[in-house]
Amino acid sequence: MNHYSNSISIFLLITLLASACGTDQTRSITAVSWGGSYGKAVNEGVNIPFMDSTGIMVEVEDYNGGLAQIRGQVEIGNIHWDIVDLEIADAVRACDEGLLEPIDIHSLPDGPDGTPASEDFPDEVQTECGVGSLYYSTIYAYNEEYIANNFESEPTTMADFFDLETFPGRRGMRRVPQVNIEFALIAEGVPLDAVYDTMSTSEGLDLAFEKLNSIKDQIVWWEAGAQPPQMLADGEVIMSTAYNGRIFNAQVLEEQPFVIVWDGQLLDTGQIGIVKGTPRLEDALRYLQFATSAESLARISARISYSPVRKSGMSLVTTHIVAGVEMAPHLPASPANIANALPYDWEWWANHQDEMNERFSAWLAL
Amino acid sequence: MRMSIGRVIYLLICTLIFVFLMAPIIVIIPLSFNAEPYFTFTEGMLRLDPEAWSLRWYREIMTNDVWIKSLVNSIVIGVSATILATALGTLAALGLANSAIPARRTIMGLIISPMVTPVIIAAAGMFFFYSDLGLGQTHVSIILAHTVLGVPFVVVTVTATLAAYDFTLNRAAANLGAGPWTTFRRVQFPLIAPGVFSGALFAFAISFDEVVVILFMGGVEQRTVPRQMWAGIREQISPAILAVATLLIVFAILLLLTVGWLQRRGESSQ
Amino acid sequence: MAGPLRLPGNPDVRVRLRALSLVAPLVIFVGVTFVAPLGTMLMRSVYDPVVADALPKTLALLSDWDANELPSEAIFATLAEEIKHASSERTIGRVAGRINRVQGGFRGLVTRTERELRTTGQGTWREIMISVDSLWADAATWHAIKVTGERYTARHYWNALDMQILSDGSIARQPEERRIYLRLFLRTLMVSGLITLLCLLLGYPVAHFIADSPPRQGNLLLILVLIPFWTSLLVRTTSWIVLLQNQGVLNDLFVALGLIGEDGRLSMIYNMTGTIIAMTHVLLPFMVLPLYSVMRGIPATHMNAAASLGATPLQAFLRVYWPQSLPGVGAGALLVFILAIGYYITPALVGGSDGQLISNMIAYHMQTSLNWGLAAALGGVLLVGVLILYMVYERLIGIDRIGLR
Repeated sequence: MNHYSNSISIFLLITLLASACGTDQTRSITAVSWGGSYGKAVNEGVNIPFMDSTGIMVEVEDYNGGLAQIRGQVEIGNIHWDIVDLEIADAVRACDEGLLEPIDIHSLPDGPDGTPASEDFPDEVQTECGVGSLYYSTIYAYNEEYIANNFESEPTTMADFFDLETFPGRRGMRRVPQVNIEFALIAEGVPLDAVYDTMSTSEGLDLAFEKLNSIKDQIVWWEAGAQPPQMLADGEVIMSTAYNGRIFNAQVLEEQPFVIVWDGQLLDTGQIGIVKGTPRLEDALRYLQFATSAESLARISARISYSPVRKSGMSLVTTHIVAGVEMAPHLPASPANIANALPYDWEWWANHQDEMNERFSAWLAL
Repeated sequence: MRMSIGRVIYLLICTLIFVFLMAPIIVIIPLSFNAEPYFTFTEGMLRLDPEAWSLRWYREIMTNDVWIKSLVNSIVIGVSATILATALGTLAALGLANSAIPARRTIMGLIISPMVTPVIIAAAGMFFFYSDLGLGQTHVSIILAHTVLGVPFVVVTVTATLAAYDFTLNRAAANLGAGPWTTFRRVQFPLIAPGVFSGALFAFAISFDEVVVILFMGGVEQRTVPRQMWAGIREQISPAILAVATLLIVFAILLLLTVGWLQRRGESSQ
Repeated sequence: MAGPLRLPGNPDVRVRLRALSLVAPLVIFVGVTFVAPLGTMLMRSVYDPVVADALPKTLALLSDWDANELPSEAIFATLAEEIKHASSERTIGRVAGRINRVQGGFRGLVTRTERELRTTGQGTWREIMISVDSLWADAATWHAIKVTGERYTARHYWNALDMQILSDGSIARQPEERRIYLRLFLRTLMVSGLITLLCLLLGYPVAHFIADSPPRQGNLLLILVLIPFWTSLLVRTTSWIVLLQNQGVLNDLFVALGLIGEDGRLSMIYNMTGTIIAMTHVLLPFMVLPLYSVMRGIPATHMNAAASLGATPLQAFLRVYWPQSLPGVGAGALLVFILAIGYYITPALVGGSDGQLISNMIAYHMQTSLNWGLAAALGGVLLVGVLILYMVYERLIGIDRIGLR
């Protein structure tokens, strides 16, 4: 033997490793979701039952919104995400850009009461490529312990979130333009039904950025939905915008003294889509059909306070599976919570997301 | 013995710098035994209340599939990259130790360049390169990437060992009728083995701590321990990462002691 | 030994070839797995065929378009045709994304137009498209299509240097609010310089102290430098977060000692301060180790001799010790500086928004904005800078002596 055979053996080793890692016996798909307590709810409510009933493995990857990763995979031609749980505005944009497979709503299963899918999903959540999943909302929340100890009153309105004089301290906000712009305008006193009209004017946007600017140096930016409850618990911030379900789960599962301020909440819906060009289309479709059934959505609703978009799914929502709490009063659409709510205008955002992202990141960098 | 004021200040400064070096590493260890999901000392911990201390985060990582999987990935990738890097690096160091080799500085410059090139640039290039080859999101591409990042450390370490090696031993062996392979195996390798092993440990440590390449090129199947920590730190999910960190510190100290021991052995054997 | 190469003649050539054949596998390996990827990246910085491939006819017509006028109906019609085609091929998103980088809002414009093209058929293409959005009447939109339609382009490099190509082909500085990269390069250089200086200030006394100690004690102290060196970067970064954050150990300690009030907690992390502290800690061993290896070689007798000749300690240090330690200073400083300007992980985790360096911008364009051409160009500029420093290092110190042990 000499050094030539050494390099040959190295080559053999590489091929060996390649074949060892390349052959995967079980079928699996990658389902991308939002991590934290919501990711856990999806895992327990959808992924595990799906694996049990089909034998197809579900690999989970976390994601925090946006289209960058999907665009990247389609661009480079290496699709490793199959299913993505998207914000509706992202789903519409992705569809227009050719990043998602179009889905025929008639291919989805009927509701448990026999309602066909095309009627079971409300019209406003039916899009070309995405399938509606859950209603959720962005609210802001605070740690009652801290607020009660340090201030005389408690925040109750959106304006209070931007009020540094009454409530000095750091605030958490999601590091994206959407929602924050709306909140800024609501706090500025723009009536709810005029928010999106205001945003369509350049003065309106200037006004929103000015408002955000007034608290900019007190903002701690978060990206993952799991961060706000952690930041509130650690005392990194005195209040934070958050997804209502994350705060609810921290309240009931970790007994955190968090309070949700529903005033000015932004109601939104999630969509599930399949990445265009995935080599595992058939399995992905099966997953999609399973995940958007009324039963699956209700199983998520038993674990986090988001409600099924399927009309037939609402009747299946009862109590939290661990805490036993009645879910209805904690859902965004409950009568007490929805009094001053703004429905998210995803069409506005589908049309303006790119421009707003640019303006927002330029503003952040200043 | 009396010390001048200058000497006292100097000692004080040096002590502070040692504290700066070590404190961050030491402080994380007790915090990993925190019973509460916080990243700071609770009052209970300071009172040494046994209730406030717990192994819950260790239990959590030991029973968490994701951490176990990422550990397996880290080991598979690390060991493969180490074997490749050590083989290629040792051979090259042997060649470079020969004074007859042409363009030695250029070759050395090329081989060492992955060590100083910003990893972000290398990772970006590799992302395009392996994706074009259809090897995106595979163990193979990551192993190759880690190999090339670790190989300079093997070359440098083995070269340093060979600098102390007496090449007349090779000639002596040849005169006694041994072929080059026999000479290498029976004479040279045993003497430079400590250097080769510390080079291998370096290469393993590089791979075991690497996260940029994984971030750019790894999919969910290539999750490693550092990748998992990265996610944990970015999103502050749980103090479980402090438990992982503590284990990694212990691991680093073991590596360090092994390398030190190998080096002392290497020096005494030559 | 199986089948040795029979080389005729000069044994010198044989020895050389044998040495080369030992080195060859690694050289080839580095060439394929390292140099080739860097080449791929540099290629991406100057070559982009996406728009050229999708809109060939429009671009051909645009080549003799007078930038002062609205394009002819033929150009509008061709573009409409090609947009429809690209849309059916599902490549329109990629094309629009490219152009969007030169002309913000283009992606939305194409989406809206494409939706409209599916249904209407009234009037000329020019009228239809301008009725969708008046941006189609804006010469800048067409210029953007033309610019991104070049297969080979230097525009990413111009962009990386805060310059742009105007519609008449001349080069001008970017508008004030878009000049960010030069500032970021400069910030990276200054921060790296500061970190190098801090590492030198902290590393020099420590290295001297270790080199000056009796061997047993020195080895023990050296371990205190080596433990951080061997500890995972992510672990050390985590530690600094734990120490420095608002509710972190240091702030808690300061509050407990009464140095600051509960509301006066210091912001030491998720900003530039955090980046500098954590990076100094991470890079300090790279300064101490080369310094130590040089200082160990400076005989203590030199200082004693200087003292006995009547030099004060300061004089002796400045005239005798410092000059002899300079090779270590140079090696450590260059190494730390080279590593610092390309650092990514630590600023990304503890830098917040103002503690970001050029590497983080490269990562941003790689992963978020997907402006890979620009990311590659920024990487190219950084790479050239590092290579120059690397060559300086090689000339002055020699890479064999890169400090590790």
